[in-house]
Amino acid sequence: MNDTITLEKKVAKSSIVFDEKHVLQELKHYLPTQTPLKDFIHHNSLHAFQHMKFYDAIFKASKIFGFKVTLQLADFRKMYEDGRIKKEVLDKIINDKKGAEQFLNWKEKLLTKEYSESIFPRVGALRANWKTKHKIDLDTLVQPLLFRVLCSYLDQGISVWDFPQENKGFLNAIKDLEKNSFTSFFKTKRPKKYLEEGLGIKELLKIVVGNEAYYEQYLFDQQFSHRGWSGMISAIESEPNVLLDKRVTSLHDLVVFDLLLEIDALDKQLGNDWEPLCNKINSSPVDLFADAPLTELEEVFKLWQDAFEWSYYDEVLSGIALGKKKQIATPAKTSFQAIFCIDERECSIRRNIESVDPTCETLAAPGFFGVEFYFQPQNAKFYDKLCPAPVFPKYLIKEINAQGERKHELLYTKKNHTFFIGSIITMFYGFISAVKLFLTVFLPKMSPAISNAFIHMDKTATLSIENKDISYRENDLQIGFTIEEMAARVEGLLRGIGMVKNFAPIVYVVGHGSSSANNPHHGAHDCGACSGRPGSVNSRVFAFMTNHPKVRAILSSHGLVIPDTTEFVGGLHDTAADEIEFYDEQQLNSVNEEAHKKNKAAFEDALDLNAKERSRRFASINTKGSLKQTRKAIKDRSVSLFEPRPELGHGTNTLCIIGSRELTKGLFLDRRAFMNSYDYRTDKDATLLTGVMRPIGLVCGGINLEYYFSRVDNHKLGAGTKLPHNVMGLIGVANSADGDLRPGLPLQMIEVHDPVRLLVVVEHYPEAVMKAITITPEIYEWYNNDWVHIIALHPETNKFHYFKNGEFTEYTPLTKEIATIKDMKCFVETAKEMETNHIVDATKENLPVYSLEN
Amino acid sequence: MSQLLQFFIWVPLFGFIISLMLPRKNERLISSVTIGTAGINLLAAFSFVTYWFMNDYPVLDVKQFVFYKAHDIEIFLDFYFDKTTAVFSTVGAVLAFLVAVFSKFYIHRDGGFKRFMNNILMFFVAYNLVIFSGNFETLFTGWEILGICSFLLIGFYHDRYLPVRNSLKVISVYRLGDICLILAMWMSHHLWHQNITFINMNDSAAVASLVRDHYMYVVFIGVMILVAAAVKSAQLPFSSWLPRAMEGPTTSSAVFYGSLSVHLGVFLLFRTYPFWESVLAIKISVIAVGLFTAFIASSIAKVQSSVKTQIAYSSITQIGLMFIEVALGWHEVALVHFTANAFLRTYQLLVSPSVLGYMIHDMFFSFTPKKLEVGTSFFSKLKNTVYILCVKEWNLDFLLHRYLWSPFKWIGKALSFISSKAAIVILVIIFSVGFYLNLHPELIPVSISKIVPVVFSFFGIMIILNAFAEKGSALRAWLFVVLGQLFITLSVAMLSDEFGGLQVLIYLSGSMLFAGVGAICLSRIKKIDNNINLDIFHGYSQEQSRIGFIFLIACMGVAGMPLTPTFIGIDILFSNIHTHDYFIIAFTSLSFVFMEICVLRIYARIFLGQYKKATHAMAYRSS
Repeated sequence: MNDTITLEKKVAKSSIVFDEKHVLQELKHYLPTQTPLKDFIHHNSLHAFQHMKFYDAIFKASKIFGFKVTLQLADFRKMYEDGRIKKEVLDKIINDKKGAEQFLNWKEKLLTKEYSESIFPRVGALRANWKTKHKIDLDTLVQPLLFRVLCSYLDQGISVWDFPQENKGFLNAIKDLEKNSFTSFFKTKRPKKYLEEGLGIKELLKIVVGNEAYYEQYLFDQQFSHRGWSGMISAIESEPNVLLDKRVTSLHDLVVFDLLLEIDALDKQLGNDWEPLCNKINSSPVDLFADAPLTELEEVFKLWQDAFEWSYYDEVLSGIALGKKKQIATPAKTSFQAIFCIDERECSIRRNIESVDPTCETLAAPGFFGVEFYFQPQNAKFYDKLCPAPVFPKYLIKEINAQGERKHELLYTKKNHTFFIGSIITMFYGFISAVKLFLTVFLPKMSPAISNAFIHMDKTATLSIENKDISYRENDLQIGFTIEEMAARVEGLLRGIGMVKNFAPIVYVVGHGSSSANNPHHGAHDCGACSGRPGSVNSRVFAFMTNHPKVRAILSSHGLVIPDTTEFVGGLHDTAADEIEFYDEQQLNSVNEEAHKKNKAAFEDALDLNAKERSRRFASINTKGSLKQTRKAIKDRSVSLFEPRPELGHGTNTLCIIGSRELTKGLFLDRRAFMNSYDYRTDKDATLLTGVMRPIGLVCGGINLEYYFSRVDNHKLGAGTKLPHNVMGLIGVANSADGDLRPGLPLQMIEVHDPVRLLVVVEHYPEAVMKAITITPEIYEWYNNDWVHIIALHPETNKFHYFKNGEFTEYTPLTKEIATIKDMKCFVETAKEMETNHIVDATKENLPVYSLEN
Repeated sequence: MSQLLQFFIWVPLFGFIISLMLPRKNERLISSVTIGTAGINLLAAFSFVTYWFMNDYPVLDVKQFVFYKAHDIEIFLDFYFDKTTAVFSTVGAVLAFLVAVFSKFYIHRDGGFKRFMNNILMFFVAYNLVIFSGNFETLFTGWEILGICSFLLIGFYHDRYLPVRNSLKVISVYRLGDICLILAMWMSHHLWHQNITFINMNDSAAVASLVRDHYMYVVFIGVMILVAAAVKSAQLPFSSWLPRAMEGPTTSSAVFYGSLSVHLGVFLLFRTYPFWESVLAIKISVIAVGLFTAFIASSIAKVQSSVKTQIAYSSITQIGLMFIEVALGWHEVALVHFTANAFLRTYQLLVSPSVLGYMIHDMFFSFTPKKLEVGTSFFSKLKNTVYILCVKEWNLDFLLHRYLWSPFKWIGKALSFISSKAAIVILVIIFSVGFYLNLHPELIPVSISKIVPVVFSFFGIMIILNAFAEKGSALRAWLFVVLGQLFITLSVAMLSDEFGGLQVLIYLSGSMLFAGVGAICLSRIKKIDNNINLDIFHGYSQEQSRIGFIFLIACMGVAGMPLTPTFIGIDILFSNIHTHDYFIIAFTSLSFVFMEICVLRIYARIFLGQYKKATHAMAYRSS
């Protein structure tokens, strides 16, 4: 009977017609979407599976592509032994999921049963027949040249001699070059002829594969054998503007060239007379995307992962409940207010500034501060987008009258690669670089070669923020915002974070960026809400808008009164160097000018404390050193060429708290929580909440999941260790001269990260939260499919309501007590250095929650 | 003063041995030892050079350790110091120290931190051995250790496919250079009738008489030296290995392939200059290689779109020019050029990851769209042709594979019939007969006594080539390497009357012991996993790292790499072959090329690469 079924299947399969357009679309859907590294937008690495429930999705992806999608069994078990996965949580989860009867059975499976964790992916199996049956290693024969040609074509500025082309597309460029030269990329004649004749994918597949039923599977095998380059091509095809020096390209062209190179290699190895791969094949084509039930091991992983996550969540929730009870009220009269980004790295600077000046108040909003625009630095040939990636602004802000001069690094001159001039330059620069090398190692300091967050915008320059004439446009963008447009944005942001009264005399608006040296992934450390760039322009623009008298007049008419004595000041926090810079300080009134001097000192002290707190995770810094020493050590990291970890980026992020600062003020959350200020009291019907919730899944969830997947499979979903990385064409990194591009995050960024999904806690009624997350299917998908957890904290009953399967149900934390930090200094200084960077050791110092002694 | 020279070897060697014994997890201790060693080395280099300079910079030479002495064979370490050594040692010491400090932070928490630091120290030992060497034997020792370091550092990330493949690729090319050096050593031994030192070469009268009387032999030595230098310095046609060697952490690429290691070819030319200076053919060849390389490599550098590859080719270009400078006798210029290039390329490689941020930022402000044109004129077509050739690196990688290695692989494959069990038995019988005949040479008829050793030698190389092409069992390949080696040794033993007792013993004692150890290691793996075929990478060091390490030592022993007793044996072995034994010298040297490639290939296939059981996260093959 089995035979007849397979036979039927075979018949059914072979009648499948190959639909080129559809297959290319499918490929693009599953390939990585990371764009060239100059823009780093965090996103869910398994975005292609987001329409499915989390566990179904990850295990399916694992079967298809061979990813590891959770920690290894031994790691879970070790963490259980160490107490990081709690017994009571694990027991509860097994009980809830498997029932009391099966409890012992499953517990034994989790704790002791041996499993094979080998994964042999579906993708690649068909094309592997070239090697097993015909002894031909196509990858080795094709890929080095393929990557080289692709990289030369897309190169943004490494090569001295550009790819000769007329911007008519990749395949046309190859065709032109082949036609107008005396040699060829190919070793044999046939592919060149096919290229000239313009054979399409289907015709070429006929030659290579033969049987139409296998075309789709073969193309997946082929493109996923180098998913880095394929993904890059596909991303550039979808969004050509990600390259400064534009290139027309498409996945179609890549597939054709790939197939031509395969034919070339096969002709060279086997002569002209070989049979297509699938003419005589025994196995029927495989449906790569067929559903398969979870295996027992996957069930075990699922339980472990839940237990791992809830061991953390449970403790944090009980901490928040405690914090809610403690309720440290904001002082009636505040010395100043500071709005930071929701970024979890700003969590500690807020706590530290509050501890230095207990009369200040801190808030947080997404770091583009509600103003979306393109920015053009003076003399720049391009625009920078400064708002979340999916937004396409209609505004342009230009930098004018900049005083500072852009500095150059002579050693990057391309002339050293040439023959005669090269040798003279070599002789000359050689000795300069000897000195530079010495300084680099012993006296690291900022240089033009280092990405400096503060040069994103010139402090002395003027910005064209106000638009007085809407016909003032450039490239279809309006230059600056009109008064009404400004007012709308300011009001939107202030109301969103519940900042509608009790304004302090000075309100700081602090964006963030990150300086780092020798770091191709530096964009990943900048502000995610500003498309991976520093948020300095946004903070300055926002401050300008709120200070504008006409804007304030409109706001007053809407009942949002900002006193005349209140002034807003923009600023930028460098999260790696722990430095702050403020903008337009000279415009402050004299009273505020005095206060600002004092506040600045407070910020400096807070930065000292912040640096000290961060030093806990850096083995090379002596945590017991004086504050100034530690601060300097932290600053040096950001300019040291030898430092692969200038900061830990978003590593360890797990939480997102949407609510008032009172909820978290007395808590130590170890820089793991995104925090968005929000006051349910000013938004009973949750109209503002929908706006607040809109970017949470995409930005915070995206960051969290990118870290999750880069952590659990740093080799396939992450970029591996960055130490051997080689910059390719200024668009990405690869290992070696002949390696594939490596999307994802490098090891040094995810090393301390716990692969735990994001838990969003919203302080509001469950019905209100429900309303906010169901507003669009795209937003709802994040929560309904469990890619992000969400909990509503009922403002009156103080009970938690956990969202699961479309509804909120009450959750009572198991943890009864949480520990208290008595002395922060001592706490930091006694922290243990990790033994190894294996997950179990590396994350021991990721702390859940502590209560702070006031 | 010359007695002080040996300390430049002892210091790093001592540091290396200590660093081997340190606990793997104690980064602080390991880096202190490395930096300390490099620091002492640096101080010593500075003070010594100053002292030497103030004493009117004499040329120093000292004979240090005699390992073996019999008739005209005398194997000893010899140290030498002149201005070339002064420059190379100072530059080397500065770079090594800076890179050691840099690496302390850069490699922090890498799983292979200790391995990396051990390697760096082993590299210092090798580098100093080469630049302080006073004779070919000493130089060769350093040269060989350097090769092993390279193999280990290129394959540093041994659980990925490309580093392992490329480390094999590089060591294979290196091996070619090594053998040229052995041949140069062998020939000069016969020319001078003693193991010569570099200071002998400074005797221009003696050299002139050699050139007069044995012109072809001198040319032979010159060519061998040139090939060895071209291999090490990645000159044409061997250039394509250099960019592929940039697989390890950036710091190791910088110090090895950006600066120090890659300039040792130039050093070899410096050191042997007095010998070939008067031979116009060699001089012209050196200039031709350098000029040709500089042209081609600079054109390749221009089209490279990956930063490390581009730096590699730029460095090759400058080294090509240094070849010319040395040949023209502009030694001061060449030394300045070397110093500048070494520092520049090290720095460029170390800051290479910054290039993305800097160049994009720069482009943001200064980008002007370039003229887009393919061109149809003859000149444009010519230009496009060169462009395509440069993108393909003038097919160097392919040509090397095709014309250098493939023919041997083809021979090996054609001989696969000898890997049957019956064939092995026959081979063993033949060997035993040969062994018996060697003990009783009177049994061999005089008419064929000249041919018998050649036949055995031929058998030896064929057996080894068979092992080289073996895709089946690793154990069988191992057995064949050992068997091939026995045949080769026997053939040399037959050549010479004296080559009986002690000499055979010295050589075989080491070799056979290691062969046994290696076989045990492989059987252990075979017990775990029935399939230890050589057609795939198994990646066993993931679960059996200890066996892997022992097997690596066994490989080094069998292939006669430095620090093993076999190593000295090789030199003795070669000294027994006379200049007229063309076939035997050809077969023997070939077999030494392939023996090492074979054993390292077995090591790589079984212990390195992606772990085939896929139990943990693994990189794609292509990455």
